[in-house]
Amino acid sequence: MWSFLKKLYHKLGSPRWFYDISGKWLPWLALVCAGLLITGVVWGLAFAPADFKQGNSYRIIYIHVPASFIALAGYYIMAVAGAVTLIWRMKMADVVMRSCAPIGAAMTFLALVTGAIWGKPTWGTWWVWDARITSMLVLFFLYLGVIALSEAFTNRDAGSKASAVLALVGTVNIPIIYKSVDWWYSLHQPATLKITEESTMHPDMLYPLLIMISGFYLLYAVLLILNVRTEILSREHRTKWVKALVLARP
Amino acid sequence: MHPVRKQRLMVVLFIVIGASVAAALVFFALSENMNLFFPPSDIAEGKAPVGKHIRVGGMVVEGSVHRDQESLKVSFEITDYAEKTTVVYEGILPDLFSEGEGIVASGKLDANGIFQAEEVLAKHDENYMPPEVSDTLKQPKGSAMPSSKQDYK
Repeated sequence: MWSFLKKLYHKLGSPRWFYDISGKWLPWLALVCAGLLITGVVWGLAFAPADFKQGNSYRIIYIHVPASFIALAGYYIMAVAGAVTLIWRMKMADVVMRSCAPIGAAMTFLALVTGAIWGKPTWGTWWVWDARITSMLVLFFLYLGVIALSEAFTNRDAGSKASAVLALVGTVNIPIIYKSVDWWYSLHQPATLKITEESTMHPDMLYPLLIMISGFYLLYAVLLILNVRTEILSREHRTKWVKALVLARP
Repeated sequence: MHPVRKQRLMVVLFIVIGASVAAALVFFALSENMNLFFPPSDIAEGKAPVGKHIRVGGMVVEGSVHRDQESLKVSFEITDYAEKTTVVYEGILPDLFSEGEGIVASGKLDANGIFQAEEVLAKHDENYMPPEVSDTLKQPKGSAMPSSKQDYK
């Protein structure tokens, strides 16, 4: 098992190997992802029952919660890639870290915007500076900071190191976002989906939400692979295999 | 592991742990200032400043909402199940405002301990269910209910 993982790790270090294998997986991943998202959206928006208090406005949860999940989980992927970049100077880890940042930023932005749109009819305000919302805004700025820092140096390696350090420092924010609604009084409600207890959501509403969350995870995987592939091609454009690839295209 | 890499790993761990400790100290120092609002208990203990712009939050006490017939004035009590605070507000309340629900109000505490609200926000809880299930739950205990739907308070 360990030797297999080690082998996989060394293989992952090869951009060409990743480009070949991801090209085979991508259509299938995209297909399953589209299937899940379409099922989840149709079920959630059209068939799930309305909420007893909020009516139909709660349905934004089917975008808001999955986007927030990905914004948080994606940050860890970026930070781990950053750590690998710093420790092993692995080329592919740097590519992954740079590819994670824009997707994470987009997901965080989506979570903030959908939250504001939901907040207006539910709370009576678009925005409030409570712990959850403020820490989420900090996450958005962290993502933007990683993007900006990685492009801020003429030397690419210097940019990678600087942005990896920022990504690592920012990991402290993730548990804060997650626990903010429990640690402090906030306007945002505590988590509905719970790991240790039963979720406080009716199953008819919960199932489409779980489908949407898995769909968003796959969407993240698909977007990440696409970003990584693009980055690989642009970095390796002088190599033989990329030239051969381009020439092979009709 | 190669000594150079080991050293880099130490640096990475140092960054993560250092940042966590720094954040923990900052939040420890800020402690209660991180809260969005004061609960009625803090107001009863005199922790909330009088005459300054603050927020209070709690559950609206059942039967405490009094609306003025002539204007949009409304007064109600909020509670954290320990103490109560009276809130006075003039304006339109959010749709989800109702007795037994959570709210957060911003405004000033006057000398009599009455909160003069300038804005009232509804605090939604984490429970989601269809209206039929909510109606079932309002029926007296012992009425037939499918077991899978029982835990939705």
